Amino acid sequence: MSTVTGVQGEERHEYTTAESRQIRTRSLRLLGSLLQPLRAQLWLTLAIIVVSTAAQVAGPAIIAYGIDQGLPALMQQDWMPVGLAGLAYLVTGAVGAFLIAWYISLAARISQAVLIELRTRVFLHTQKLSLEFHESYTSGRIISRQTSDLDAIRELLDEGINQLVRGVLYMVFTAIALVWLDWVSGLVLLATLVPLALLTRWFQVRSQKMFRRSRVASASLIVKFVETMTGIRAVQAFRTQRRNEREFGDLVEDYRDVNARVLGLFAVYNPSLALIGNIAVAVVLLVGGFRVVDGALEVGVLLATVLYTKRFFDPMEELAMFYNSYQSAASALEKISGVLEEEPSVPDPAHPVDLWKARGHVRFEGVEFAYTPDRVVLPRFDLDLPAGQTVALVGSTGAGKSTLAKLIARFYDPSDGVVDLDGVDLRSLHPKDLRRAIVMVTQEAYLFSGSVADNIALGRPDASYDEIVASAKAVGAHEFIEGLPNGYDTDVNKRGGRVSAGQRQLISFARAFLADPAVLILDEATSSLDIPSERLVQEGLQSLLADRTAVIIAHRLSTVAIADRVLVMEHGRIVEDGAPSELIGGSGRFAALHAAWRDSLV
Amino acid sequence: MSATPHHHDPSPARVGTVRALFRLRTYVGPAMIAIVGSMAAYLVAQLIALAIPQVLESIVDGPLADGDREAVVPLSLLVLALGAGEAAMFALRRWLVLTPTTRVEARMRNALYAKLQDLPVSFHDRWPSGQLLSRAVSDLGLIRRWLAFGLVLLVMNLVVILVGAAILISMSWVLGLVYLVCSVPLWIVGYRFEGRYSEVSRRSQDQSGDLATAVEESVHGIRVLKAFGRGKHALSSFRAQAEQLRSTEIEKARLDANIWVWILIVPTVALSICLVLGVWLASQGELTVGQLVAFFATAAVLAWPIESIGFLLAFSLDARTATDRFFDIMDSENSVTDPARSVSVERPRGELAFNAVHFRYQDSPERFGDLLDGIDLVLRPGETMALVGLTGCGKTTMTALTTRLYDVTSGSVTLDGVDVRALTREELRTHIAMAFEDATLFSASVRDNVLLGRPELAGDDPATRAEADRVLDEALRIAQAGFVHGLPDGVATKVGEEGMSLSGGQRQRLALARAVAAKPAVLVLDDPLSALDVATEARVEAELRDVLSSTTALIVAHRPSTVMLADRVALLEEGRITAVGTHSELLRESEHYRFVISSLEDEERREQAGASDLIDDAEPMETVEPAERKEAIR
Repeated sequence: MSTVTGVQGEERHEYTTAESRQIRTRSLRLLGSLLQPLRAQLWLTLAIIVVSTAAQVAGPAIIAYGIDQGLPALMQQDWMPVGLAGLAYLVTGAVGAFLIAWYISLAARISQAVLIELRTRVFLHTQKLSLEFHESYTSGRIISRQTSDLDAIRELLDEGINQLVRGVLYMVFTAIALVWLDWVSGLVLLATLVPLALLTRWFQVRSQKMFRRSRVASASLIVKFVETMTGIRAVQAFRTQRRNEREFGDLVEDYRDVNARVLGLFAVYNPSLALIGNIAVAVVLLVGGFRVVDGALEVGVLLATVLYTKRFFDPMEELAMFYNSYQSAASALEKISGVLEEEPSVPDPAHPVDLWKARGHVRFEGVEFAYTPDRVVLPRFDLDLPAGQTVALVGSTGAGKSTLAKLIARFYDPSDGVVDLDGVDLRSLHPKDLRRAIVMVTQEAYLFSGSVADNIALGRPDASYDEIVASAKAVGAHEFIEGLPNGYDTDVNKRGGRVSAGQRQLISFARAFLADPAVLILDEATSSLDIPSERLVQEGLQSLLADRTAVIIAHRLSTVAIADRVLVMEHGRIVEDGAPSELIGGSGRFAALHAAWRDSLV
Repeated sequence: MSATPHHHDPSPARVGTVRALFRLRTYVGPAMIAIVGSMAAYLVAQLIALAIPQVLESIVDGPLADGDREAVVPLSLLVLALGAGEAAMFALRRWLVLTPTTRVEARMRNALYAKLQDLPVSFHDRWPSGQLLSRAVSDLGLIRRWLAFGLVLLVMNLVVILVGAAILISMSWVLGLVYLVCSVPLWIVGYRFEGRYSEVSRRSQDQSGDLATAVEESVHGIRVLKAFGRGKHALSSFRAQAEQLRSTEIEKARLDANIWVWILIVPTVALSICLVLGVWLASQGELTVGQLVAFFATAAVLAWPIESIGFLLAFSLDARTATDRFFDIMDSENSVTDPARSVSVERPRGELAFNAVHFRYQDSPERFGDLLDGIDLVLRPGETMALVGLTGCGKTTMTALTTRLYDVTSGSVTLDGVDVRALTREELRTHIAMAFEDATLFSASVRDNVLLGRPELAGDDPATRAEADRVLDEALRIAQAGFVHGLPDGVATKVGEEGMSLSGGQRQRLALARAVAAKPAVLVLDDPLSALDVATEARVEAELRDVLSSTTALIVAHRPSTVMLADRVALLEEGRITAVGTHSELLRESEHYRFVISSLEDEERREQAGASDLIDDAEPMETVEPAERKEAIR
């Protein structure tokens, strides 16, 4: 496996030649696949630019014609040539103007089409990537991929094509005209291409490194920013503002510094281009001047060659700007293509098996789970959860309860062995059926911006309003929702700001209720509820769990009361397994836990 | 500042673009000299560029015509020198603004960040962080580019156009006047363009911010989306937002294309009229052919500056929108500020009192009463008070008032008799430490996270190192967070978003350790043990008892076991404290308390029922509940 596959090595800005090639290849492949469907529009754009450039070049020639031919004719009272020239000038000018306008909106269309496609791909792919990936790749970095990196690409697409095509066209036409006029001057021009190439190569190597650094710097800036704003309560309560300002200030300075360096490169490159151009003019003049004195060259031709040489370098600045946006976009594309290259460690099945109606029979066969070979979380075990059974998982924090639950929800895949639902390996089950059959409610009840109803409807987007209300009623959330300013239409603010932690849990319960899965996993899903609400939830659960498989992780053993079966876990192993009454009556760990819990209720 | 965070309406009272951009001056400051210098360099470069053809002409007319071989070399060298001068001015133009403008950007970014950290939580409740982010990154980058490039070119090109127009008039007043009169429509179109483009530009930048918010939510809420397999669903709403942005961008391009047509057509019309008119004038002998050629040569020089105005105008309008968006935040009034003359409490005894405290959220509708409706509660120094009440009754809000995450609507919260608003926030938050229910850890080591409230112990200073270790160990022991020693790098392990991901219970214990390590006079704990298992909870409680014996504490509690930590319990009901007393007193006296906290008997009954027959047992409870429930959940 290479060192730069996926997001590996993303923070570096120096790569070996082989790594560079690998990264470049994948970026170009991505770019190609984005532009592929837009081929026709791209060719059209190209044609528009060629014609409009020609119209632009024609302008001066028409004026010259108007003066040279029109004036003598007018002296003869012939308005024809001058009128024709005026009209021609107007028409070419108008055509040029409309073509440019057409180009602008066409370029915007192309650029927006590419952007939306890229946004969608990144979004979909990040959703596909497993939790394992998200736990190490921060949200801030994904956000920076989706924002500042895309901005860089957009800049290239908006202006780049124009700059490149026009610049190249202009230079090619000028060079041809020059060679045609005087091949000696053409040779001089050819000679200047050598320092030009060297300079460009120098610039390319330096700027690539700088642009990569700039991407990394802007991402760290974004990560810190997002983290501060997300945790603003803790920031303020613990007075870390000043320390944050220092750290953020350092990141801002890093970013500023690398930006200044990029701009510094341009401040060397662009004037150097101009210098090479002006030297070329002087040399053409010198060489041509001698030849004129020697009578080998016409004065008029010399003047023209000098002007053409000068003109040849005119679009250089534009090309440099193109190169600027190209480099910036290329490093952004490198990062984005890296994210897109990440293989989900919990991949969708290649040949999905459908399971229209799941009964909810979950089985672990020879399952082992380890993050790395030396960090085994769950040693090999077998477990059979018959359909309809309510199972409580108990044990101390870190015993592996959540991991076991996450294996059922296929947040992770086992390192070895098989987890199956109704005899179908979860890894080959159609994702749609898997998610319909198995739902996990976690302690962090995340609410998305939107109304309470929207948030509940996430459980089943096609649910009617009545069904949403019914599910809220079933978990005892209806009353408090009705009490919100706009009832079910109340906007839950950013991060559910205005809804209390317990109420968030109730909403996420309603969500799960609405989803109506065959297997329901509750991971500490009632931890923030007060006792009356929890009681209501448990009443709701009685009916909810009646005909489905349930795995409940709860520290409060009151929840265990509704379980048919209790699994006690310790250090990743299931150490006790039996009916609650059986275990309480015994002398094992559960009996001890239960006694301790009863003491805590005093 | 209005309460609506974004999609601000382009109100008729909009100030002009120039005035809006002029607000940047406070941040531009000394960079202005560099910008003016850059303009000067640009102008000199343009002059040199104009001079080179003059020299060429003199060579052609002079030595070359005379066949003077000797004179070719020095004159070529003169062209070379001028060329070098032009390149040098190019370089100067860029070098001058390079550092100063990046500094302006950095200064603005730091100022924005500082302001955002200072603004109260109520502000952050209203503003999605994607909107803040798009301001801090892309908007400020845009402003920097405009200052370094857009502003310079805009001003200088306008100068060139004005000078050029003057030259045209001086060459031939008839043609010059025709040229100027023809360009009048351009100004009208430009003016109309400004209004429409500004509106679309603002919309586009706001929508980008919304899109950033959507991305952020899709990542922060990834577990929910995965659990329900709603990735596609989230995509469709994301996609809808992206489509909106796309159509705004395309609309923007259309406006842009429109202005380009005008900018290109108007000079074309003017020049074609000038061509016919000029040739006629020349035929009448009013004008020499040389003058006619010179007129068009000058008009050609003006072509690029005029064309560039189109994109420079759009650029300036985008910069203006970015500036407006920046000042949206900077102008936000901070409702929670330090007092002009602060009082200091040297050694707080830790008496925390709520005096007739009323609180309502700013955007709460009129028809709703205050969330906290006259709270009177006194925590005696060293006392531990549990705060009990139903979900959503305002317990968390009440704790947030103590450190001024929100300010009371009326009434006061006092520490040792001093209104918390009379202290600086810095001091207040030193005296009172909090642990939140949703335990936020930052991307830093365990050590730094726990010692967050003790900046004086941070770092590697050997003088404080031993003390820091002691505080850290003690806090970790109290919070039963010994698991950190088993992490890959022990207490140096990086946690938080960019580090190891910890379970809810583990994070909660670190947050508790953090509050304890702060050694405050008052501890405010919002349901600090909710995610802990029973055994751990019991151990934490045993350890906490020691700390709490000497510290005033306000603890939000949902469970009897947590309540047991407290000396007294306050019951929050319908926005008021309806009962204060010991757990057993309240159990005896308050029906609502019994309902909220349940009782051992109830639980036990349920427990036994769980083992045997639950449905039957639920019956007797039903007889108590309906009335209670209606009263309680409101």
